[in-house]
Amino acid sequence: MITQTKQAAGVDRDALVVRMYRQMMAIRLFEERVNDLYTRALMPGLAHLYIGEEAVAVGVCEALTRSDYITSTHRGHGHCLAKGAAPDRMFAELLGKKAGYCKGKGGSMHIADPATGNLGANAIVGGGAGIATGAAFSAKYLGTKQVSVCFFGEGALGQGILYEEMNLAQLWKLPVIYACENNLYNEYTHCSESTAGDMLARATAFGIAAEAVDGQDVRAVHAAASAFVERARAGEGPGFLLLNTYRYRGHHVGDIAREYYRQKQEEQFWTSERDPITLHGQWLIAQGTVDQAGLDSITSEIASEMDRAVEFAVNAPYPDVSEVGEDVYA
Amino acid sequence: MPEAAVQVRELTFGEAIREALAEEMRRDSRIVLLGEDVAEAGTTFKVLKGLVDEFGTSRVIDTPISEPGFTGLGVGAAMTGLRPIVDIMFGDFLTLVMDQVVNQAAKVHYMSGGAWKVPMVVRATMGATRRSAAQHSQSLHAWPSHVPGLKVVIPSTPYDAKGLMKTAIRDDNPVVFFEDKISYTKVKGPVPEGDYTIPFGVADIKRQGRDITLVGTSSMVQVALGAAAMLEEIGISAEVVDPRTTWPLDEKTLIESAKKTSRAIVIDEGSFRYGVTGEIASVIAEGAFFDLDGPVRRIGATHVPIPFSPPLEDATVPTERQVFEMARTMCNK
Ligand SMILES: Cc1ncc(C[n+]2csc(CCOP(=O)(O)OP(=O)(O)O)c2C)c(N)n1
Repeated sequence: MITQTKQAAGVDRDALVVRMYRQMMAIRLFEERVNDLYTRALMPGLAHLYIGEEAVAVGVCEALTRSDYITSTHRGHGHCLAKGAAPDRMFAELLGKKAGYCKGKGGSMHIADPATGNLGANAIVGGGAGIATGAAFSAKYLGTKQVSVCFFGEGALGQGILYEEMNLAQLWKLPVIYACENNLYNEYTHCSESTAGDMLARATAFGIAAEAVDGQDVRAVHAAASAFVERARAGEGPGFLLLNTYRYRGHHVGDIAREYYRQKQEEQFWTSERDPITLHGQWLIAQGTVDQAGLDSITSEIASEMDRAVEFAVNAPYPDVSEVGEDVYA
Repeated sequence: MPEAAVQVRELTFGEAIREALAEEMRRDSRIVLLGEDVAEAGTTFKVLKGLVDEFGTSRVIDTPISEPGFTGLGVGAAMTGLRPIVDIMFGDFLTLVMDQVVNQAAKVHYMSGGAWKVPMVVRATMGATRRSAAQHSQSLHAWPSHVPGLKVVIPSTPYDAKGLMKTAIRDDNPVVFFEDKISYTKVKGPVPEGDYTIPFGVADIKRQGRDITLVGTSSMVQVALGAAAMLEEIGISAEVVDPRTTWPLDEKTLIESAKKTSRAIVIDEGSFRYGVTGEIASVIAEGAFFDLDGPVRRIGATHVPIPFSPPLEDATVPTERQVFEMARTMCNK
């Protein structure tokens, strides 16, 4: 009996760690195509790429169920994909097409999807804090056992709303997890120039359970997130994760010349030494879970799925102009 | 079949609002009230007095002094199955929740292509002359009226307040509901017991007339009615129209009344410039131009921060006398 359970757990664990690799790779390849669409002038507006931070979204979202809630940010593609959004409808939204998640009305910074519990990406820094906390309030009031995760960048630590929501969440023991993605930069400014004191202490001051995690280690993120999710589901209140990570690319796709705010060596260090996908791939091989050929076939499978998704979006029609006045009111 | 007799009582404006909230909360357990001192205190204005006794502290919830915090929480709760009503004690504090109301609540439905809804009511007070000075006296209803995605209610009578509050609560969109502070206890009127609703975007003609249209909102309806009584004594028949909601706006009734009387004055307690009077006056001017005897006139609060000193404060608010004089001049009497 014991052996069987252990074996089953081992199989589940294998499936999980391989799925996390796949999900991270999906985000990476999605984002590379976003950049490509932008450089080929096929995408209106800008996009904020998540490349380098994949372990954060994947580690956290793999700790959630489909009906759990998330709120996302301007740098939100990774969260949406990790929570289960389909790449074709995401690309369609990025291109302003009718088949997109928001019928083309939201774009890159506003992807929302009730089917996967995605309450929406938000282009106001800190803008998801109220919504995520309110979703946790509903879950508690209605007794649904859902948990809500609020993703935000460390730049949002400058927004008062975050602290108002953390205060309410802890007072009322709401099942919400504040997931702070510290990629070191608020746009073009290092966080040391914007953030006084200790980031974690901002949560612990409210009595909120808080933990700093290596955001490049998907298994560490998953473990920490799972523990907080379990606590929250059990009614023990909110958690705060400080996920230390790095964005490889510019603040947005057009931010190419970056030397005035960060050094090339710094970027090189993170990409060559701290890449979440490479690190996790090496671990999978060392564990004997998959071999290199196995990883390669995952990559090529996802690459062709993403290519098909891009093709779908490029060929999809724009909304009819008559739709401009629809969906203002429910 | 004989209709069951509906009891009609005289209630104050505040009592009518409380009755609407209580009836709706009995009907729908998803409704929660959130705000500062809303529970045992029943708000600063005692409007919610007693609700906590019936519905308990899980539904009538005292919050910290965190207007953006509990309003933002309300948005998320509304999206995920509840029907929150948040209480902004003084309408002046709407400035603090603008991001939650304007960038979040108002836009969630549109930005998500209709995927998410925000069925939430933001209750806020308005109105000067309580000697509360510049930060507790403003009438900021023009602000949310400027934002697509929001609906804005501005009732003047207890009857309207009850029916419109029920409609606001049942609406699937964010609604900002403005309650005049003086009217809470000073304005009384007949209110039927039990359920009735009043649709948004339907103006009410509070008094019929032939010679001039007086459009009033909130407490300015009383001012318009007072002026109309004075005008009657000098042989001028004034019609008083109350739009009841600034958005949606019943353009048709406003225009038809002005076409009939050929003259119009718009009276509103918001600051005179860039406000509700300007919008309504242009709706009438565009819709009734060829039937008008002259330009549509308007009276709003003086364009200054509301002062404390009683004679100064009183000088900022539109009065019956002002309306009377303006109407008399327009009617050449
Ligand atoms: C309230 C607000 N202020 C400013 C901006 C402009 N802005 C967009 S992203 C950004 C930086 C955000 O940094 P961070 O929160 O750390 O997220 P990251 O971009 O690093 O993922 C700024 C200042 C905004 N969108 N919202």
